[in-house]
Amino acid sequence: MNQPDLTAQSVVKRFGDHVAVDSISFEVARGSFFSILGPSGCGKTTLLRMIAGFLEPDGGEIAIGGRTMRGVAPNRRPVNMVFQQLALFPMMSVGENVEFGLARRGVARTERRNKAGAMLERVGLAGAAAKRVDELSGGQRQRVAIARSLVLEPTLLLLDEPLGALDLKLREHMKIELKQLQAEFGTTFVYITHDQSEALVLSDHVGVMNHGRFEQIGTPQDLYYRPRTPFVAGFVGDSNRLTGRATDVAGDRVRVDTGDGWTVEARREGAVADGDAVEVFVRPEAATLSRAGESGSAPHEGTVESLLFDGAKSAVLLRERRSRREVRVALPQTGEFADLRTGEPIAFRFDAARAVCFRVRSDRDG
Amino acid sequence: MIPSLPRPAWLRAATALYVAAFLGFLFLPLIVVSVFAFNDAPYPAPPWHGFTLDWFFANDPTGRLGMFHDDELMHSIWTSCKVGIWVTLLSVLVGLVNALLLERHEFRGKQALSILMLVPLVIPGVILGISILAFASQIAQFLNDHFDLYVRFLRPGLPLVVLGQFSYIATIATLTLRARLSRFDRTLEDAALNLGASNAATFRTILLPYLRPALIGTAMMAFLLSFADFNTTLMLVGGNPPLTVLMYGRMHEGATPVLNAVSVFLMAGSALLAIALMRRGPRRASA
Amino acid sequence: MADAAAAPMSGAGWRKALLMSPALAWLALLIVLPHAELAVLSFREQAGLRHYVPSLSHYREFFHEPEYWHTFVRTAWMSIVATFATLCLAFPIAWVIAKIARGRAAAWLFLACMIPFWISETVRTLGWMILLRETGVLPAVLVKLGIVAHPVELLYHDTTIMVGLIYNSMLFMIVPLVSSLESLDNALIEAAYDLGANGLTVLRKIVIPHAAPGITAGCIIVFMLTLGDYITPTLLGGKDSGWFTEQIYTEFITRFDWGQGAAFGFLLLVLSTLIVIAGLKLSGQRFGDVMGRT
Repeated sequence: MNQPDLTAQSVVKRFGDHVAVDSISFEVARGSFFSILGPSGCGKTTLLRMIAGFLEPDGGEIAIGGRTMRGVAPNRRPVNMVFQQLALFPMMSVGENVEFGLARRGVARTERRNKAGAMLERVGLAGAAAKRVDELSGGQRQRVAIARSLVLEPTLLLLDEPLGALDLKLREHMKIELKQLQAEFGTTFVYITHDQSEALVLSDHVGVMNHGRFEQIGTPQDLYYRPRTPFVAGFVGDSNRLTGRATDVAGDRVRVDTGDGWTVEARREGAVADGDAVEVFVRPEAATLSRAGESGSAPHEGTVESLLFDGAKSAVLLRERRSRREVRVALPQTGEFADLRTGEPIAFRFDAARAVCFRVRSDRDG
Repeated sequence: MIPSLPRPAWLRAATALYVAAFLGFLFLPLIVVSVFAFNDAPYPAPPWHGFTLDWFFANDPTGRLGMFHDDELMHSIWTSCKVGIWVTLLSVLVGLVNALLLERHEFRGKQALSILMLVPLVIPGVILGISILAFASQIAQFLNDHFDLYVRFLRPGLPLVVLGQFSYIATIATLTLRARLSRFDRTLEDAALNLGASNAATFRTILLPYLRPALIGTAMMAFLLSFADFNTTLMLVGGNPPLTVLMYGRMHEGATPVLNAVSVFLMAGSALLAIALMRRGPRRASA
Repeated sequence: MADAAAAPMSGAGWRKALLMSPALAWLALLIVLPHAELAVLSFREQAGLRHYVPSLSHYREFFHEPEYWHTFVRTAWMSIVATFATLCLAFPIAWVIAKIARGRAAAWLFLACMIPFWISETVRTLGWMILLRETGVLPAVLVKLGIVAHPVELLYHDTTIMVGLIYNSMLFMIVPLVSSLESLDNALIEAAYDLGANGLTVLRKIVIPHAAPGITAGCIIVFMLTLGDYITPTLLGGKDSGWFTEQIYTEFITRFDWGQGAAFGFLLLVLSTLIVIAGLKLSGQRFGDVMGRT
């Protein structure tokens, strides 16, 4: 890999006693799409604003394109930002919005106009230059905001939850459009979001952030299939979470006793010893259903609590027979269980390799 | 620039300095007025001769006469109060009716009417005064010539002062009450009607309580504006001057610390009103 | 309303008419008709005992007598200067209140700006007189500090009038400025900055265009107040530093020449209307919108 476009080293930001960003280090490779995913209040906006230059880190170093950004004002950084509410200038036309940054660089009027026109064309808004900002639809405004930044050919484009304000349907559409734009321009994108689906769909790499730290940085597949921490397992994708005690650790396989009469098998992540308090995460699609009483019966039994029909994401909510715990299991697309009824007994099994088990960190462990 | 952008130290220092200087500019005249209300000297000027309450309470017909024994002054304060109460009542009532009219009804010429209601704000007070004076005299003349009537209140005097002040304070009352009314959630009224309330009961139990803070705020503002009005009053006043006109006359002749004492009294009164208003909602006071 | 009167009125129609009557009475009897009367007074001349003919003599007199139109031009010019100075001085404070100070600090600062205006102009002017006159506080302080050898008269200058006018106008500028600046999204400023603008460009391209309605509203109000002021110019100004409102008073009340006074009043009204229209045109605002903001 050649020189990364963005490097952060032990970056710290405090607000009073609260540590918003706690010694974070990461790199973003040139031309890649990097997402920072985390719940609200995890420090992701603070991190982004430090990269943009609106906040000065209390410690550590941020370098962009190999150049340190310490003491560099936001208007002098090779970075542009797409704001959460887009922040298009309502007092200017679409064209003037796109030309704004070029004008600040002293680019001559005609060249400015040509560049802005070409950029608007590339984002599919040819001929919209004379329009007023409030004449545009949500998706078009989005594209203007991106065009306004990309016309400056920044080393890095920062995006602060720009899809948050859109309605669901448009958001799905813009997700795809954003990915295509990034691929076409080849600019490095750093994208923050609290929506795991946006992060998974869009990114080459995702950093999952919690309490000012990265829990895990990896490809979307890594995060989904091989979560490194309980937080990641719980935050990325849907999961059933079971708590219990490890009874039998053999290699990376662990047997877990839930303490109320149920035993499951799972894959160990990190150190787990016999007798440890553990938590197990099982994705709904890692479980398979079978009819109760059929031959080759599944190891777990329960009753159907409710049916959650949601097209391809349909699932069934079960109550495990002995522990009375609630378990969510994906319905197969084959339509095999389309006739399930509430209250019906059912059997199910987990793929032990896809159920992941972590030791519960107590205060004693630090 | 805003706090999220880097602000160099000199800019922060300059900002702080400017704010301090500005506050000094705002309060210096008021402080000076207050201080010399307590100076034991016949003129409100330095140097300091020691503390006294003479300018409030002294009652020496040949020498110092404190404000509370200055009959002319006390009478003018009472006059200002009377005028203020009338102006307040009229303005709030008309303002409320106007607000209801403009927010609740559609009619031809509504746009023009609402613009016309704003016009008194951009007419200098002196001109409001002389135009009303001229018009009232014209009517009085007409009544005198044709019906041999002498109508006292059309001649310069307090009734005309009330009307003159009302002519522009009504605009302000309309603006503030309309602003409050426009934020009212009309489904609340629908709900009341739906629950069986009559129109009158709905007005009394839903709308009036909602408007109450605005009504009180508007009333206080109307009273203060009336009390402080000078330009319109000056043109319409007869032989019975309200406080501002009396003070102005005395300041022309050369002020004594009695005026400072009155000022302190007014400041205390305004402060009490302001505090009362602030406790009802800090931001409303500005409108 | 004509259509309502033609048909038998419904209950709602009656209610509407009833609600409309105070407004119509107020505007007709106290605003429209009095100003019509003022116009009539100004455009006629006495031709005999209680006999008048239409004439422009009062306006001719205005242009003929240098003292009159000098005062007029002076009043207009000083009002414009005072308005502009108030804008410049109030803007940083409004910015601090709307954008820099937070929460309680901003509320307190705003309140502090409002306090002097709860007190009548006479009291404020009294304060300036005590501060500035030859035997006043400021000359005494200047002598103490050794800046001047003897007390100087700081009252009765044009600058003194200007200080007083600016002082009286401050709040009426700050309030509309604060409300228009508060509605400016900080993200717009950040975005402009992020796209490479500096402070000056942000001010010129983002802040001022956004705050234009507030600036216009503030300027119109301040200009009106200044133009129509009476106490400040007459008490703080010198004997020969006339203000146009003072001349109107003199004609109307002292000389009892109502025709001439009405003409002066009308001229002042025309001037203020023209300036208001010019201000609205210049900033591309509408009257109703601007006045609604104050």
